[in-house]
Amino acid sequence: MKAPAEKSFEEKKKIHDKGIEEGAAQLTQEKVHQVVQQMLSAEGGARLKAYIETCSHCGLCSEACHYYLSNDNNPIYSPAGKVKQTIGEIVKKKGKVSVDFIKEACEISFTECNLCRRCVMYCPFGIDVAYMMLFMRRICHKLGVVPQYIQDTAHSHSATLNQMWVKEDEWIDTLQWQEEEAQDEFPDLRIPIEKEGADIFYSVIGPEPKFRAQLIYQMAVIMYASGADWTMPATPGWDNSDMCMYTGDVEMVARLKKVHFETAMRLKNKRIVMGECGHAFRSVHDVGNRFLGWKMAPLPVVHAIEFYYELLRDRKIRIKNKLSQPVTFHDPCNIVRGRGLHEMGRYVINETCKTFIEMHPNREHNFCCAAGGGVINCGPPFRNKRVTGNRVKADQLAEAKKKGAEIVIAPCHNCHGGLEDIIKHYELGMELKFLGDILYEVMEK
Amino acid sequence: MSHIRDWDWNRGKRVISDIHQWRETYGWVEEPHASPDGESVAAIVKVDEMAFSVCENGSPWESSFDKVWFLRYGPDNRAAALVSDTAMWTVAVSGTPWENWFEFVWDTKFGRFDGHISVSAQKDFAYFAVTDDTPWENTFYTISHLKASPSGRSAAATVQTKPINEADIAAFQKGCFTVAVNGQPWTQNFLNAWEIAFDAKEEHVAAEVRLSLEDYTIVVDGIPWKRHYASVWEPVFSPTDGSVTAPVRLADGWALAQDGEIIWKNRYFQLWHHIYSIDGSRIAAIVSSKFGRWTLAIDDKPWNLTFKDLVTDPALSPDGRRAACVGKTDGKWMIAVDGTAWNDTYDMAWPPIFSPDGRNVAAKTQKNGIYRMVVNGRPIQTNYKTLWNPVFSPEGDKLLIRGIETGANDGKYTRTVLSLAEILG
Ligand code: SF4
Ligand code: SF4
Ligand code: SF4
Repeated sequence: MKAPAEKSFEEKKKIHDKGIEEGAAQLTQEKVHQVVQQMLSAEGGARLKAYIETCSHCGLCSEACHYYLSNDNNPIYSPAGKVKQTIGEIVKKKGKVSVDFIKEACEISFTECNLCRRCVMYCPFGIDVAYMMLFMRRICHKLGVVPQYIQDTAHSHSATLNQMWVKEDEWIDTLQWQEEEAQDEFPDLRIPIEKEGADIFYSVIGPEPKFRAQLIYQMAVIMYASGADWTMPATPGWDNSDMCMYTGDVEMVARLKKVHFETAMRLKNKRIVMGECGHAFRSVHDVGNRFLGWKMAPLPVVHAIEFYYELLRDRKIRIKNKLSQPVTFHDPCNIVRGRGLHEMGRYVINETCKTFIEMHPNREHNFCCAAGGGVINCGPPFRNKRVTGNRVKADQLAEAKKKGAEIVIAPCHNCHGGLEDIIKHYELGMELKFLGDILYEVMEK
Repeated sequence: MSHIRDWDWNRGKRVISDIHQWRETYGWVEEPHASPDGESVAAIVKVDEMAFSVCENGSPWESSFDKVWFLRYGPDNRAAALVSDTAMWTVAVSGTPWENWFEFVWDTKFGRFDGHISVSAQKDFAYFAVTDDTPWENTFYTISHLKASPSGRSAAATVQTKPINEADIAAFQKGCFTVAVNGQPWTQNFLNAWEIAFDAKEEHVAAEVRLSLEDYTIVVDGIPWKRHYASVWEPVFSPTDGSVTAPVRLADGWALAQDGEIIWKNRYFQLWHHIYSIDGSRIAAIVSSKFGRWTLAIDDKPWNLTFKDLVTDPALSPDGRRAACVGKTDGKWMIAVDGTAWNDTYDMAWPPIFSPDGRNVAAKTQKNGIYRMVVNGRPIQTNYKTLWNPVFSPEGDKLLIRGIETGANDGKYTRTVLSLAEILG
């Protein structure tokens, strides 16, 4: 790929973000010292210290990171390099860093790391760079220096308990409208709202009712055809997503996950099935639950991949005609590295598609889409940097295309956002789909 | 208003309606709902190609609508549903729509004791609440967290009083939200306001708020507590002395605070859903005193019994001497009373309910798709495909069971009054 990677370094210096600039303008040196030191003593316990002391700067993690590879092996983009420029410097200086430093560290931790944890697999000591980037982001949150667009999303979460400023009536209206549309095709189909005692509580992320309501339609058809006993709530708590997890606002993460789980518990549903999203899965299964005091999720949480797998394995859904166009598969890191759903994903693809072409590297070694970890949510100012920072993904896709793949399947909303931009920017001419799109297309209805 | 004393407390079973027949008549029958006294059962049905109504005890409401949803019974045994006609919405009570129509209505809230109804509503992109067909005079940019007072005559909600342009994070952080009580907003705005509580006399209102990105506290009648916390959960008014308690997060864990002062000594990984006994003498709360272990604490004393997955639905007997909850460990649902779990485990368990004299506890449970009523740990041998929560008679000597049976009475909605003596042998 002959994308302009060289430019990114210069571009980086020119980026102006209101959230970072205006947040930093309110800061004093004293405030920075006070907050950072307090964070180091209260929350930056043994783990942070051990990681920083253990890193031998061997550089084995560098080749793991798509930013490093896509920026011509520029060491400032290597995982260890990013740690050094952010939290490493803070620890070294015992918190005595400047306001300008915070601005720089904010930009690095929020927009140059997807928290994809690929590097962890390549570090001989298992150092979790993503954890350190998150720690840096939490400091930024405490200082009020957070990129504008992702902060706006966090505000939406707190005000509406969903990611997209979807009002309560708009949510219900969307479900009713999707039900009506679907009834033109299947007169008996229902989207059962607030059905107490239903087996399945189905949750989605904010962008579904806002921009991709057809996904709710498709899932309703899948539920209908499989005879599932399911429901969606009429109250906030329907959104399983979580940008506060990525801004370091853990108190809000807890509030969001509490509402989500308690909505399912109020309806006495036995398990939560969620749509195709990676980070939301991480937040309900791994982060928010623990912050609230639940070692595991209090109700079983099932990602859409597992759910489709179940339906196909148990023959609750039958396939009419497999998809004829060749497909490739992007393994979303939060559900693959984070949960090991890669083989189930492949099972679903093999059941629904005629020709499957692997991307390389794949499964838990797959490269991130560069949208995750809240990076895409930092919005337009950082778009170019994100797209040029993932040339390796474009290479991966192009190679799959050379082998014949016409469709990229990505079972994660964020991945869709990221891959769409990459496909466009690098002029790859590939189609992008969710697993649900394909299942809906090929199933017996 | 029907009083529980006036309900039919004669022992015995009555078949009220055969739901199978409804299905034959209408084809489209949604989940049935039973009235608190058990005398009525209703479901949303399709009466025509494009027309929906509610079937109650076998007969449809006189009016039909383009759409009907959220059918529920109020404590006065009247059914209310949200209905639409030519793209406008309102509430229909026992089939009669309110006079006012709106672009959308949702979040029906009943008072606990009377038949007053509030809903959230939207018209011309303005948001407000409506109580018993009377809309608030003031409208807002959004409404959420609607709460009805104990009688249902008053309503309060979180409202947005200032617009926020797209991605205007500075405007948000100045505060655009507050609580409105019967349409009157508090004067101070906050970043956020969430769960709302009324006092027993319906004179005071408290809520959870966020003052800055990091500071949370409780506000009572618009005035924040002096102390701020890393987080707070839902406040509750004492039923007797008017004080307000709320779980608050301190540096060393969660604690219970009263009017801003910490009153429980223990610190917990988690502490929420605290409840008072009717006489105000005791407080119970769901707590996690060890990471990943959950239980009930009564007046800051946790039970020895803990659950791994979760604890929910805390209950105190009216005199506060006994406590119960639903707990779950390794995927098995249980009911625990006074620190001991009943022997059986379930696929799902509903809130345990104390008899007024505090001597007995009943709960709806589900196992292998079959619902059963369980009293003091002993199942009653009638199988249901749908069951509602049990109701004890005012003296506590009888139990009303409402459900749609399987087996010999398959598909029939029955109302059964059993004496505790016959249940417990
Ligand atoms: S983007 Fe992924 S590989 Fe790169 S530093 Fe962050 S977590 Fe590591
Ligand atoms: S691989 Fe591990 S030890 Fe080596 S530089 Fe990276 S983080 Fe440090
Ligand atoms: S967006 Fe997708 S690939 Fe990227 S971090 Fe999230 S799950 Fe991973």
